[in-house]
Amino acid sequence: MEGPINRHTSEPAEDHLSFGFPVFLLSESIVFVSFFVTYAILRIKNPHWFPPGVSGLDIPKAAVNTVILVASSIVIHFAERALSRHKLINFRRLWLLTAGMGIIFLIGQAMEWHNMPFGLNAGLAGATFYLLTGFHGLHVLIGVILLLLMYRRSLIPNNYQTGHSGVDAVALFWHFVDVIWIILFFLLYIW
Amino acid sequence: MYIEDKNSHQTHWKEYFSFSSDHKVIGVQYLVTAFIFFLIGGLLAMIVRAELLTPQLNIVSRSLYNGLFTMHGTIMIFLWILPANLGLANYLVPLMIGARDMAFPKLNAIAFWQIPVVGILLLLSFFLPSGTAQAGWWSYPPVSIQNPSGQFINGEFVWLLAIAISGVSSIMGGVNFVTTIVQMRAPGMTYFRMPVYVWTVLSAQLLQLFCLPALTGAAIMLLFDLSFGTDFFSPFSNGDPIIYQHLFWFYSHPAVYVMALPAFGVFSEVIPAFARKPLFGYKVVAVSSFIIAIVGTFVWVHHMFASATPNWMRIFFMASTMLVAVPTGLKVFAWVATLWQGKIRLETPMLFCLGGIVMFLFAGITGVMMASAPFDIHVNNTYFVVGHFHYVVFGTVTMAIYGGIYFWFPKITGRMYLESWGKLHFWLSFIGANLNFFPMHPVGLQGMLRRVSSYDPEFTGWNVLASLGAFLLGMSTLPFIANMISSSLRGHKVSNNPWNSTGLEWTIPSPPPVENFEEIPTITTEPYNYGEPSRFSIDSRTI
Repeated sequence: MEGPINRHTSEPAEDHLSFGFPVFLLSESIVFVSFFVTYAILRIKNPHWFPPGVSGLDIPKAAVNTVILVASSIVIHFAERALSRHKLINFRRLWLLTAGMGIIFLIGQAMEWHNMPFGLNAGLAGATFYLLTGFHGLHVLIGVILLLLMYRRSLIPNNYQTGHSGVDAVALFWHFVDVIWIILFFLLYIW
Repeated sequence: MYIEDKNSHQTHWKEYFSFSSDHKVIGVQYLVTAFIFFLIGGLLAMIVRAELLTPQLNIVSRSLYNGLFTMHGTIMIFLWILPANLGLANYLVPLMIGARDMAFPKLNAIAFWQIPVVGILLLLSFFLPSGTAQAGWWSYPPVSIQNPSGQFINGEFVWLLAIAISGVSSIMGGVNFVTTIVQMRAPGMTYFRMPVYVWTVLSAQLLQLFCLPALTGAAIMLLFDLSFGTDFFSPFSNGDPIIYQHLFWFYSHPAVYVMALPAFGVFSEVIPAFARKPLFGYKVVAVSSFIIAIVGTFVWVHHMFASATPNWMRIFFMASTMLVAVPTGLKVFAWVATLWQGKIRLETPMLFCLGGIVMFLFAGITGVMMASAPFDIHVNNTYFVVGHFHYVVFGTVTMAIYGGIYFWFPKITGRMYLESWGKLHFWLSFIGANLNFFPMHPVGLQGMLRRVSSYDPEFTGWNVLASLGAFLLGMSTLPFIANMISSSLRGHKVSNNPWNSTGLEWTIPSPPPVENFEEIPTITTEPYNYGEPSRFSIDSRTI
């Protein structure tokens, strides 16, 4: 196990992550597509969608949440730009702001779940609503955790000397979660 | 004459039980683990076939019978064919493209170690009070969401959990293989200089990435229906079980190509080496893997011709299914043309590949028959379908995996297997498989339904033949196991390239050093240049 040819490294190179992660996200999006398609077919087939006494979902509150999440996608874009211009302090501020907006979104979701007039077992409307928002919320939660992990890494001195594909991957993940939410908002609330 | 290569690296046996991130160790881990589950899945099949020796129910209860065929199918697909293919691919892809490892070595190890977890979960479900899942490997609702035991942790629940873990592992593998093949090819290794095997792995893994998540989505909703009282797929309220079928087959039909494409890759490597000729129509064979993957994504409804499918859909999917025969037929044509006027050596890897191609041709013909909707409705849910499917998964894919194991055995171990035992293994497998799976076609045409433990006495003759074939197949694994164990320990040592093959993997020592290549080679020509000057150069030397 010695000699120059045995330097076996198990750390992936930077550019592998920036290729592999989008590939993973494309794959992950198909899970959402399978939910969206199921939802659409069920909804078309069932004209009486909501349980008795419920006429629709609370659009204004969800719209506020949507604005927060979409705005956070813009914030994270500026965070990335700050990093590529080597303004580390600015990057950290904007990065934490994104995580904060994600947390506000999650709190908004939790409150909506809490005030919902129907539960998971209230027919297809309940099942699809909780599955779609829950699965998306899980992704937001993972996104927030990744954001905070990346924030901690940014405190390591000279961490971005050799590039920042991890930061780029998390930012891409955040945009992904944002786009999924926009589709979800139209399907669940506006339709 | 054998000269020990000082750079060869014998892996210590303890490494195979460790969380190694070396793709070669992981490749062997996958292969051995998968083979153990193959034996277990085979044992379940032999109990099923023993029950079917007589028309009456006399060995197992009906519900255990349901559990046996469900677990047989699940284990064979998710724990034998898919991981065995991944084992070969893990070992070979980095060597074939001139890389030192996979793109994400740790992810590779994490993906592998989920496989034993999946297997143990599934096997443990035999000991649950409710027994294992009993809804068949496709797990259609409403059967799969009934939960007669009333327990939260039931066989179906464990089955869904296992499938979910297996799915996560496969997606990790898919990301890893696609990134490796796209990004880590050696200088000069353009796409049209990659061996066909790498092409087939790339197209198979793209299918995994694009189609598998649909099954994951379906499994999540099925789990909610089963355990949390929702009714996505429940026909008893407003749900729709047909949506599950669509999502399931959107993955599980392409899954057949995920399994079969690497088998085509093995055929394309072995046949030129044993016919001493370049692969006929290399570029066509390579690209046809992609065409099979793309067309194969739009054929899934042919599994649902009898599921109240509208006629326009039946006609579209009938046509698209028949279209798959074109790129697959091109491949068979290219293999036969490669054999034409070649200097053919009938050694074990070649025998397995030729046997595999013959059985694939048969599977392809019955496949086109069933693509025709009127015919399919006649044989729907009969043993004809089971026979067709087993000619694919055993006759084609398992034979190719065996052929691949024999072909690359000297590379993996640095030693040669026993040829006579290999030939014995081949003939037992080939005769056993045909004896087992051919009778399913006539008996299916006569109307014998699949997944039933007792049947009309008029079908007895064919069933006895099939069962004899199954026991012969069980026996065929014995010379293989003995050969693999004794030859990897004591087989005579061989040079780096015992087959005089042209692949990049044969230019390095056997077993390969940890870093694979002392220097990353530069590739200058297409593969399969049998009878032509070497295709690799390091500095000015040619190998």
